[in-house]
Amino acid sequence: MRGAGFRDLEPVERRMFSYKAIYVIVLREFKRFFRQRGRLIVSVARPLLWLFIVGSGFTTLIDVTAGAHYIQFILPGIVGMTILFSSIFSTISVVWDREFGFLREMLVSPVSRVTIVLGKLISGTALSVFQGTILLFIAPFIGLDVGVGDFLTMIVLMFIVALSITSLGLFVASFLTSLEGFNVIMNFIVLPMFFLSGALYPIEALPGPIRAFSFINPLAYGVDSFKHILLPGQGRLAAELPLTFDIIFVSLFAVAMTVLTGLVFEKKK
Amino acid sequence: MIEVQDLVKSYNGLEAVRGVTFHVNEGETFGFLGPNGAGKTTTINILCTLLGFNSGTVSVNGYDCRKNPRMVRSSIGLVFQEITLDNQLTAYENLKFHCYMYNMDRKTSEKRIDEILEVVDLKDRRADLVKEFSGGMKRRLEVARGLLHRPRVLFLDEPTLGLDPQTRSHVWEFIGKLKKAEGNTVFMTTHYMDEAEVCDRIAIIDNGRIIALASPEELKMSIHGDTIYIKTADDERAAFEIEEKLGIKARRLDGGLVVITEKGERFIPRLFGALSPGIISVSLKRPSLEDVFIHLTGREIREDLNPGARGRLQGP
Repeated sequence: MRGAGFRDLEPVERRMFSYKAIYVIVLREFKRFFRQRGRLIVSVARPLLWLFIVGSGFTTLIDVTAGAHYIQFILPGIVGMTILFSSIFSTISVVWDREFGFLREMLVSPVSRVTIVLGKLISGTALSVFQGTILLFIAPFIGLDVGVGDFLTMIVLMFIVALSITSLGLFVASFLTSLEGFNVIMNFIVLPMFFLSGALYPIEALPGPIRAFSFINPLAYGVDSFKHILLPGQGRLAAELPLTFDIIFVSLFAVAMTVLTGLVFEKKK
Repeated sequence: MIEVQDLVKSYNGLEAVRGVTFHVNEGETFGFLGPNGAGKTTTINILCTLLGFNSGTVSVNGYDCRKNPRMVRSSIGLVFQEITLDNQLTAYENLKFHCYMYNMDRKTSEKRIDEILEVVDLKDRRADLVKEFSGGMKRRLEVARGLLHRPRVLFLDEPTLGLDPQTRSHVWEFIGKLKKAEGNTVFMTTHYMDEAEVCDRIAIIDNGRIIALASPEELKMSIHGDTIYIKTADDERAAFEIEEKLGIKARRLDGGLVVITEKGERFIPRLFGALSPGIISVSLKRPSLEDVFIHLTGREIREDLNPGARGRLQGP
């Protein structure tokens, strides 16, 4: 019954992952990112505003003997914030695709749902790491010494943190159907995550009941791991947990969320 | 190519598709004609494995839609009711995305994209962002995209919805051209009667049931044949002669005669031989699908509302 000219479909389409599909999904997200000038500008301007306005404002109030200048202290937190915002808001593309129909183009193709999730996960993660990396170049200007080794370690850490937060964002976004809903829900997630991450003040400084939320906040472990690299000192403002513990928590979180999101996508049509 | 047996689909207890059975042959253009909400899009979504169903069996290209959805998906192309292109990508990028999702290699993709852009007349717009395209251009690009991976069946769900009449006929021209070039089976839905004329066979669907299934010609013949309007020098005598010699009753209407008969084009020459009064004019009107549709669904609706009403409405 097969007419000439039709491809033989059997062997390829049974695969779980299609690398070509992942590649093209990632490529699309990158093209969209760089074509939206506003998104690009905000992603660079926001961390700089925090760093130089909030950072320099508080620097004058806080005792230098705490271990670092305040503006230096918040750099790891601002890197964390950049990854948080970038990762979470990259997952808006899932909702956007649903609202504008493009998701159906992907769902009706023979690639597995898991492939689509992985494509979105990798693109969101990569864009976050890219934006975080830009920020690292600020370090020398505020008096932090970041060597090549530290720089590379930071990229690996940022990758794990971005992965965990993008997967969390994808998990939440897979339940959302409107862009308005996305903005409301995500702000409820993003702001507490940021304020309870130890980005602006040590978690130790938080009152007990609130501090409990930090224990399940992947960003708190992420920011802590950044402090290990960027603020190697021992003062009150330095990292609070062992680095390996940070890495283990964030990695487990990323794996768990990715699996959950894959399951949700596989079930929903 | 498509086999559907006793398909039932309900949403929250409401039956959208109530036991539909049909098959589509290879190379055929098959149409689902019906009003909005009749179950057309539900059926197409089930065939494309985007939607599950309650009972029945559905297979496309020999693959069972329930057991082997990804094989079904890789062998079909789908053009959705709404535009599903990425506005922020160029025409070329949208097509390339599609090729890679269907696991085509780079060389084949490039060749195929060139080929298909040529057919839909968008070759000089390949590097433009889709957001700058008109509605008709977007449609053409979508149809092109649906055919990129050489699907054996192309599904078109209301492919001209929301387009102006001129663009609509333009899009159909392209679909016809593409079908000729590619030789696919086409399964389409529409609620525009005139568009259904391009189909080899049509299923008329209403309230989740198929109420008629045949070629457009057969459907039109099934109602009341062609209508022939005749004007003569002496209508009274002509009416008598038509009934006497040709055995058909002629009604008088607006200073002329009306005859309803099958195969009107064969009746007209006989008319000339039979009549002695001079004939002033003859015209023939074929029934449209619109007539068929109103005829069928009108009856259906009356039956649904009140089973006893039919006899009373027809009266003595």
